[in-house]
Amino acid sequence: MQKRVLFHNPWLPYVLLAPQIAVTLVFFIWPASQAILQSVLLEDPFGLSSQFVGLENFQRLFADPHYLNSLRVTAVFSIAVALLALTTALVLAVMADRALRFAVGYRTLLVWPYAVAPAVAGVLWLFLFNPTIGILAYLLRGVGISWNHYLDGGQAMLLVVIAAAWKQISYNFLFFLAGLAAIPRTLIEAAAIDGAGPVRRFWTIVFPLLSPTTFFLVVINVVYAFFDTFGTIHAVTQGGPARATEILVYKVYRDGFIGLDLGGSAAQSVVLMAIVIGLTVAQFRFIERRIQY
Amino acid sequence: MVESRWWITALTHAVLLLGVLVVLLPIYLAFVASTHPVQNVIQVPMPMLPGGHFWENYSQVLGRGVPTVGNVPIAVMLFNSLVMALGIAAGKIAISILSAFAIVYFRFPLRMAFFWLIFITLMLPVEVRIVPTFQVAADLNLLNSYTGLILPLIASATATFLFRQFFLTVPDELAEAARMDGAGPMRFFFDILLPLSRTNIAALFVILFIYGWNQYLWPLLITTDRDMTTVVISVQALVSVMEEEPQWHLLMAVAMLAMLPPVAVVLLMQRWFVKGLVEPEK
Repeated sequence: MQKRVLFHNPWLPYVLLAPQIAVTLVFFIWPASQAILQSVLLEDPFGLSSQFVGLENFQRLFADPHYLNSLRVTAVFSIAVALLALTTALVLAVMADRALRFAVGYRTLLVWPYAVAPAVAGVLWLFLFNPTIGILAYLLRGVGISWNHYLDGGQAMLLVVIAAAWKQISYNFLFFLAGLAAIPRTLIEAAAIDGAGPVRRFWTIVFPLLSPTTFFLVVINVVYAFFDTFGTIHAVTQGGPARATEILVYKVYRDGFIGLDLGGSAAQSVVLMAIVIGLTVAQFRFIERRIQY
Repeated sequence: MVESRWWITALTHAVLLLGVLVVLLPIYLAFVASTHPVQNVIQVPMPMLPGGHFWENYSQVLGRGVPTVGNVPIAVMLFNSLVMALGIAAGKIAISILSAFAIVYFRFPLRMAFFWLIFITLMLPVEVRIVPTFQVAADLNLLNSYTGLILPLIASATATFLFRQFFLTVPDELAEAARMDGAGPMRFFFDILLPLSRTNIAALFVILFIYGWNQYLWPLLITTDRDMTTVVISVQALVSVMEEEPQWHLLMAVAMLAMLPPVAVVLLMQRWFVKGLVEPEK
């Protein structure tokens, strides 16, 4: 799309763009290129000299059992978060869509967690699941489950998944609700007249028509689970116990800032950049497709 | 809806109320814990109704801070968070609206190159370039400063796109008329385009305020002085000393204070918030 009416000025557009471009160059492009550069260098522990090692950092990375573990943990974590947050939100949105008059009231009650920081969300659930004083840990003991996420890696994973998904429900809910409102009522009424019950109508009409929204949300939720949940992990489990919740972003932080392995951390950054670029491309292919509708 | 059988309606509301319960339970119990003295909170099971220590707990964390994490009053950190959130929201909107204006209303060499340069920032969240970005900030002496908290986070591809999309829908006749009346580009921008963008700015401001307030990794790296850090980081600092001295009542009071401003913004500006969040995708 092009504007017909344009202003002419040889220098003004550059002045207008300057602040944005300056910040982008200094804090985005330069650090990103440094990360790529460092990923092919091996630095000595004192940072005095470095030598070119090609793809050695990457070979080392993919031979590292801890990194492979982190890849697996991240996959499990993001799939679980996306699945839990999406299904819960979809059920609630379908119900709220039925509750016509009360939909806005329920929306008001359900949007809260969107505003809560991921780290704070983690701490709220940490309080509920604390092995000694947590109310949910107490209830679980009542039914014979001994809860201690400080020792049990599976339970620690479950805790961070719940905390991360809880925060994401509101976002998904709002998008599903908007998606549902866009489905023509006549289609649903026609199906009802033909004798299709609510469940059948959902699977044959509503769910397929929601698929653009669902696909968009899957990408957004995966991006969220990959990057925005750093605060949840850092505040709740610190990647433990025994690296059971060490997602990729947490490992980059730990290796770079605590382990001071710059080459390894930079190689991890480059892998993460590739993942983000992949996800962004997926997201934009989807938006293009939706425009053709 | 199509059917109006009573049990379907009942089921609908039952599921929704259960959802509301799950969503609000952690927040409610955090509030309850923040109004009790510590011995009530660490007894099992904890009380289910608010207690009488609201003022004691909140005035302690706000005014005197918590001894185990350096006694910095939480009021100071709330102020830091506020400066950061407002700075990021205002900064992102200001630089994005200017670049969108340049890209839509001017033709100049390298226009598309700049456009793509901005687009790339979308693909590079802080989390993927932690170490080198920290080095840049350290070299520029930005550690423990408001500039350091705000500046690296204000480049925004999404906000630029949003304004670009909006400007493309503004009728050409407006610019035409302004030009015929002899108004220069900046006059057109301030007198016509900016007032037209008010709703978009409000919607974006809500989203960006929450984004800024809830930042975690960047303030964690860049602030080492306790009195420069944000309230979200102080929640984590309190959790990390919970092993030695469990002060759950104070931790929950700080968590409530950390949630209050962004939750209030979402609830009070719900209309703009929903618009800003959902509609750009349409």
